[in-house]
Amino acid sequence: MNDFLDQRKKQLEEFKKNVRKKTTTYEPIDIPDGLFIKCEQCGAAIYEKNLETNHMICPFCDAHFRVNAKKRLDLTIDHGSFKEINDDIDSVNPLNMPDYEDKLEKGKKMTGEHEAFISGTAEIVGIPVAIGVLDSHFMMGSMGSVVGEKVTRLIEHASNHKLPLIIFSASGGARMQEGILSLMQMAKTSAALYYFDQKGLLFISVLTNPTTGGVAASFASLGDINIAEKSSLIGFAGARVIKQTIRQDLPEGFQTDQFQLEHGQVDLVVHRKDMRKTLYKLLQFHHKGEKA
Amino acid sequence: MSQLTAWERVKLARHPKRPTAQTVIKSLSPDFIELHGDRSFADDRAIIGGIGTILGVPMTIIAEEKGITTEDKIKHNFGMPHPEGYRKAMRLMKQAEKFKRPILCIIDTPGAYPGIGAEERGQAQAIAFNLREMMGLKTPIFVLVLSEGGSGGALAIGVGDHIMMYENSIYAILSPEGFASIIYKDASKADHAASLMKLTADDLKAFDIIDEILPEGEGLHVEPEIGFEALKKALQQAMKKTLKMKTDKLLSDRYKKYRHMGVFLEKGENNEKKQSND
Repeated sequence: MNDFLDQRKKQLEEFKKNVRKKTTTYEPIDIPDGLFIKCEQCGAAIYEKNLETNHMICPFCDAHFRVNAKKRLDLTIDHGSFKEINDDIDSVNPLNMPDYEDKLEKGKKMTGEHEAFISGTAEIVGIPVAIGVLDSHFMMGSMGSVVGEKVTRLIEHASNHKLPLIIFSASGGARMQEGILSLMQMAKTSAALYYFDQKGLLFISVLTNPTTGGVAASFASLGDINIAEKSSLIGFAGARVIKQTIRQDLPEGFQTDQFQLEHGQVDLVVHRKDMRKTLYKLLQFHHKGEKA
Repeated sequence: MSQLTAWERVKLARHPKRPTAQTVIKSLSPDFIELHGDRSFADDRAIIGGIGTILGVPMTIIAEEKGITTEDKIKHNFGMPHPEGYRKAMRLMKQAEKFKRPILCIIDTPGAYPGIGAEERGQAQAIAFNLREMMGLKTPIFVLVLSEGGSGGALAIGVGDHIMMYENSIYAILSPEGFASIIYKDASKADHAASLMKLTADDLKAFDIIDEILPEGEGLHVEPEIGFEALKKALQQAMKKTLKMKTDKLLSDRYKKYRHMGVFLEKGENNEKKQSND
């Protein structure tokens, strides 16, 4: 009997050893970072390449992921038609704000751009346009002196070359680190649009996620046609500030693209997949010249 | 009083005894008649608008009003306008343009009101529209920062040809408290934030954001007559300069002034040049 038990004991130990051995022989499967991306809206894991080819839209729940400026251009304009202008303007730290230089560096590293706004000329199905894109990956797409200057120069470029103007906004608002100088960029960009407007030229403003604060309260709201991209947060004051001020909960769907449409603040809400087509149609209505 | 710290200026700008816009208007223009409403939604009491004679010239006066007593403050929503306030202001400014009246805008607000109704009715759109349209108004615009110029809510009536600021007033992208809560995640560090923000009249003059600093003597809350006299004198000078100016010149000067605002670095092919307000 004892022999039998000893034998069982030995067998069990052997088994345990093997089991342990076996577990240690499992090699972790090598999944490269970022191959799968979690959708924050529905929680699904999305194969990154599928997200890329699907306009950075979740294939399961239709959530629109934020896109950087380069990707936005890819999705919007004719391939290879972009000619960047004013790409060599950098921010300084006029108010000597602590940590501002670090934040700028981080933004540059994140995006590979000098600043939060890239601009130039391009074609959309052969129609020449002046186009600018704010990148929310660079300091939340905030507008300081450089962004204000580049937006203004783009407006002036469009004005001088009689081009229709398209600006994609994605911004938390004016850049706090440049204080009053940022605030004045609201006046500067809007001023440039006054003269652009006088020339009878077309400005299509596309408000994407998020467009708030000083950008919403200046050039982004001044399009002849204001388009909100689907699933975007658009508004003036931040939800937190409003909540603190009125001390009550905000209604469902507050400051969404649909909210702005219902309250008459934007002309239309457009799904990202339909954006290029929609812009082309609108451009066609206003296009008098020959196709380039 | 130039030795005061930024935070001391903030406290003076918010001093409970500091006169608000209605007192300034009474002193400047005893025959002022208030005109109401945006013709579309409501009459926003945070902005007062109307016509009055200043130094013998009929002018359109637009002012953000914080209110004096508690009841009055509530009535004027503590000087925080809704979109209808900015739209009323623009309606009256267009009227001024039609009748070739110069415009005086008096800024005194912590900021545009952050509320549900304000968002529903397009606060962003109302501010943006004013910024663009003020640039093209074919009549001189004088702007006074009376006490507190807060953010886009101030700028929305603040684009003009001659910008004046009382020496104890402040003008900034947001309140020092708001700034501190963003930068330090702690609103109680507002005094330190104020010193970083460059929000005093001296700071803004150095950046060429404003044109003139108006003296207050011991402070508007102590001896308002001194400040009001300084304002009259400044307005007289500004009117002398602009009232006979050709409209084209007036507008191109206005554009140039805002066009040059901003500080940045632009690299040429061989040289570095720092552009600023020159």
